[in-house]
Amino acid sequence: MRLKKKLKLNIKTVKNLHPRKNFELTRKQIGYIDRSDACQADYDRIGFISGLEVHQQLQTESKLFCRCPAGNFQKPNEYNAEIIRHMRPTLSELGEYDGTALMEFKTKKEIVYRIAHRTACTYEIDDTPPFHVDREALQIAIQIALASKMNIVGEVHITRKQYLDGSIPTGFQRTAIIGVEGEIPLKNKKVRLIQLSLEEDSCREVSDIGHRRIYRTDRLGMPLIETVTYPDMKNPDEVKEACDYIRFLNRSTNNVRKGIGAGREDVNVSCSGGTRVEIKGVAHTKWIPELCHVESFRQWALLAIRDKLTAQIAKANWKCSYVELNPKDFNFYYPPLLQAMERKEKLYAVNLPKFGGLLSHFTQPERPFYDEFTHRLKVIACIERPNMVTSEDLDDVISHHVFESVQQLLHTGEDDAQIIFWAPEADVHTALDVIEERALMTFDGVPQETRKSFVDGTTIFERVLPGADRMYPDTDSAPIPITTSWIDEIRQHVPEEVHTRYLQLKEWQVPEDCYSYLFTHNYYPLISKIVTELSISPKWVGVFFGQKLKHLHGQYKAINFDLQRIYDLLAFLLKEKIDVAIAQKMLNELFLHPNMDFESILTVLKFKRVSKEEILGRVDFLEDKFFPIRKNSIKPDKVNSIMGQLRTISEGNICLEELAKNITKE
Amino acid sequence: MRVDETFHWPINKKETMNEDIFQGYKGEALALLKKYSVRVWGTAEVETSRGHFSGTILPRSENDDDRHIVMKIVTGYNIGIDTDTVLSMKETGYKKANYKIPEKEFPYTQGLPHVKLLGTGGTIASRLDYRTGAVIPAFSPGELYGAVPELADICNLDTEKIFAVFSENMGPKQYVALAKKIGEEIEKGVDGIVIGHGTDTLHHTGAALTFMCQNLPVPVVLVGSQRSSDRPSSDAALNLMHAMTAAGHGNIAEVMVCMFGPTSDEYGFLHKGTRVRKMHSSYRSTFRTIGDTPVAKVTRQGVEPIKPEFHPRRKDRNVTIIPTFDDRVAMLYYYPGMKPDMLHSIIDNGYKGVVWVGTGLGHINKEMYPAVERAKAEGVHQYMTLQTIWGYVHMFVYDTGRDMMAKGIIPAGNMLPEVAFIKLGWALGQTHDPEEVKRLMLTPVNDEITEREPYNGYLVYQGGVPEVEEFLKKVHK
Ligand SMILES: [Zn+2]
Repeated sequence: MRLKKKLKLNIKTVKNLHPRKNFELTRKQIGYIDRSDACQADYDRIGFISGLEVHQQLQTESKLFCRCPAGNFQKPNEYNAEIIRHMRPTLSELGEYDGTALMEFKTKKEIVYRIAHRTACTYEIDDTPPFHVDREALQIAIQIALASKMNIVGEVHITRKQYLDGSIPTGFQRTAIIGVEGEIPLKNKKVRLIQLSLEEDSCREVSDIGHRRIYRTDRLGMPLIETVTYPDMKNPDEVKEACDYIRFLNRSTNNVRKGIGAGREDVNVSCSGGTRVEIKGVAHTKWIPELCHVESFRQWALLAIRDKLTAQIAKANWKCSYVELNPKDFNFYYPPLLQAMERKEKLYAVNLPKFGGLLSHFTQPERPFYDEFTHRLKVIACIERPNMVTSEDLDDVISHHVFESVQQLLHTGEDDAQIIFWAPEADVHTALDVIEERALMTFDGVPQETRKSFVDGTTIFERVLPGADRMYPDTDSAPIPITTSWIDEIRQHVPEEVHTRYLQLKEWQVPEDCYSYLFTHNYYPLISKIVTELSISPKWVGVFFGQKLKHLHGQYKAINFDLQRIYDLLAFLLKEKIDVAIAQKMLNELFLHPNMDFESILTVLKFKRVSKEEILGRVDFLEDKFFPIRKNSIKPDKVNSIMGQLRTISEGNICLEELAKNITKE
Repeated sequence: MRVDETFHWPINKKETMNEDIFQGYKGEALALLKKYSVRVWGTAEVETSRGHFSGTILPRSENDDDRHIVMKIVTGYNIGIDTDTVLSMKETGYKKANYKIPEKEFPYTQGLPHVKLLGTGGTIASRLDYRTGAVIPAFSPGELYGAVPELADICNLDTEKIFAVFSENMGPKQYVALAKKIGEEIEKGVDGIVIGHGTDTLHHTGAALTFMCQNLPVPVVLVGSQRSSDRPSSDAALNLMHAMTAAGHGNIAEVMVCMFGPTSDEYGFLHKGTRVRKMHSSYRSTFRTIGDTPVAKVTRQGVEPIKPEFHPRRKDRNVTIIPTFDDRVAMLYYYPGMKPDMLHSIIDNGYKGVVWVGTGLGHINKEMYPAVERAKAEGVHQYMTLQTIWGYVHMFVYDTGRDMMAKGIIPAGNMLPEVAFIKLGWALGQTHDPEEVKRLMLTPVNDEITEREPYNGYLVYQGGVPEVEEFLKKVHK
């Protein structure tokens, strides 16, 4: 109700609208708040829901459907051949082409694949049918599906899932369901899992400029699993928690790839009345909460925009008009526009009736509603950005006199808004279609699309979400039966639950800030082995890995020795009856000299074996010599001073706590 | 796997009321569906020892085992359920799929050429049923227009399905019928003919039609696809556009095969029906002209001849149709240690012609000679072609070659083995007089034997060599 009153006010002021002020005002109107200020009630108010698709590459020798090596990457300019393809939209169930897909096709995007011999064969470029599915990958996928408490299918059917963006040369991804209906526990709830599929990874994009998109085919075909959750998450932090859990679960098998790009997430978000929008390829879970937050409010804003528009005009009556502009008639000073004119591009003005006050409407931080148009022009009509200006730009790039002339040319109403765009002649038609299509979508609220994420939490249009019916059986492969005996055999190798491990670490009093590192790298099995077999304090071991190792790992960027060496190191110290506290210093040496034997490391550290009795004997001597420097703080100074003098000799020979106990406190 | 022909679910068969509800199921799986009264296309809840599954029951391919039930789950994926694990099943709904491809009227454009598309059974254009994966072929002009709307900018189209056979089932009967059909269509006045064909034996048909349809006034273009048209990266649409362009606008009035030049979506080649061969089991650019260069390059913009000499398009309708074929012709691929009984059994079985595919310059072993002589004596016509594919038969070079010629084997120049086979069948369909057969065989109709092999006729790009690698990097494959 409150919204409607302000709306009237808005319409009256469109003529003299100040875009920046309108942006701030509409931001307040829809009730946007920063995430740091948001609580559950805010998310309930807009009906936030979110689900996840978590992708994880598997650690296998070969790719999924051919025998090229997996995990072998080519450099951006390393290739032996180029192949060109165009992706043609296929007819939908109703025998129709999807409108935007056809539009995209008509603009003739040329897809170039750069192939390197050592990473791709004729399968990757779709000139050879698939070979047998990689058995190792299938086994790992079943293992993870079991760990995710899923029902394993009786027979794996390879399915084709269409992608028209060219990221896979066939135009579809080969993918197969391994299990359905699982669940994972979060702190306060359970999240249900829809399914786990085994699929081939896509190409890596090299560039996408104008009508030419270039891909590398090295990653293409690597085995990948996708775990899909139900939209059970009700706030952004839960989304991250669920995502972390799934990633830790995958890692707990020790059969998955690590490193940049080995794990990626698609986050599906909607608000009530909104649409499932897919934020693609989020590389780090720490970005998830902000992205979800911003996306849910973007949808909320689009719904507000829809209401404002439909209050003024019905979709059926809405029609845009356009005119070609002669740049000579205007005094432009915006450099990108001038450069486009130098390239002999065409200049057009489009009138959007009743869009006044909407183009500069808030949708995301620093992204007004017109942002939705410019990115579609880039993706669908292949016009590089900047590709347009509007009558409501937040930054003044075009004189308002220009728009006054345009308004006269187009006989616009005072509640209208205008877009001026420039494009090569061949793309003008598509550009006009794109603008009209997006404007019409405004009447329906939130368009179904996939969006590309930025570190600041905002997103931009990436692709049209392919229609729901884009799955069909792969006629090149036979179904693969999964026998009960095979499942039983794999079940023996399913690691204990991540959740159980959480509880165990808690019981061991390992600080919670260690967990993320420990689970990311799956150190729990090693910690548990050390605790059980070497009987070292679990808390100490947990901290040793979760803090000391983490610190050095960060400092040296990578661990260049076999982790079993940490076990061996601790076992060595126990056997030599050396106090484990020295392990910390030795660990540092291990990073520097990964192959050095432990005795030599001790020599490097100038460690000498000295008996406990001898050290404690020195305590008495030092105590006698001790004279307090400052009168008012005798006790700590004395202990610290003596500890300081004995630290080097004590490390490894006597536990420091024990040493402290032996210094008289008075 | 079939590269050129798309797999069809049993649904395309005539449905009989009884079997219909359990399409493709047999044995254990069928018993289970019957026990719980669950039909194909029924939505079902299935309890198993591996947990609960729900979705739509799909038909099963008849060649798959009887121990699994196929289900499409709500996310669109298909899975199989092991019959041994099923505890109970319940049908909760039923929705039969509806297969129909909506037709849009193919627009008539004044001034564009009239092209006739003849269908033989290969799927050129199609749409997919996402529920089953069944491919529904698009063939009528309206259906084709729906699938490849660009065709309307190229020509006015008329279509006719004359057979529905897979490529490997094409044979003499079909060649004869096609040739007669081509004659009729030319008389009716078409500007060009396109023949949709599976790719496996496309070149056999190309040769047959070249011999059977001589003195053509308009182009006859054979076209297929290596990737079915339900794939976004299919070569079908582009091949079809290229073929229509060549048939409607091109000036080369010969029987030609039109397929991808490189594997990239860039241009097509037109190959003479007598010099073309499928050279890769799955590549898009599988068809290559052997021992010569292709006739022309074709893009959507038009036909660009590569060879300067060709038979140009004519206004008249004077085509010569010679629709004959004697199918008592065999092909013998020589291998070391081959026994004469192979040839004896061919003679015993009443064959009248043998095309030898010999080693090197055209050789077979001495052990075979008596059988070769017997064949000649019994009126079996024998011609020699090459396993090397490239090059000429040279039987004068060694004594053995001269021996063989004396015993009755006639060298077939640089005629491709498959082409020689087709031509011998066609020639024997007209006469059995050895001299007349020889005259027909050795008088080229359209370059099946050439006098000169151009220096760039032999082009087998061999990877690994620096200059070829450099070439591949510069030019799109
Ligand atoms: Zn490969």
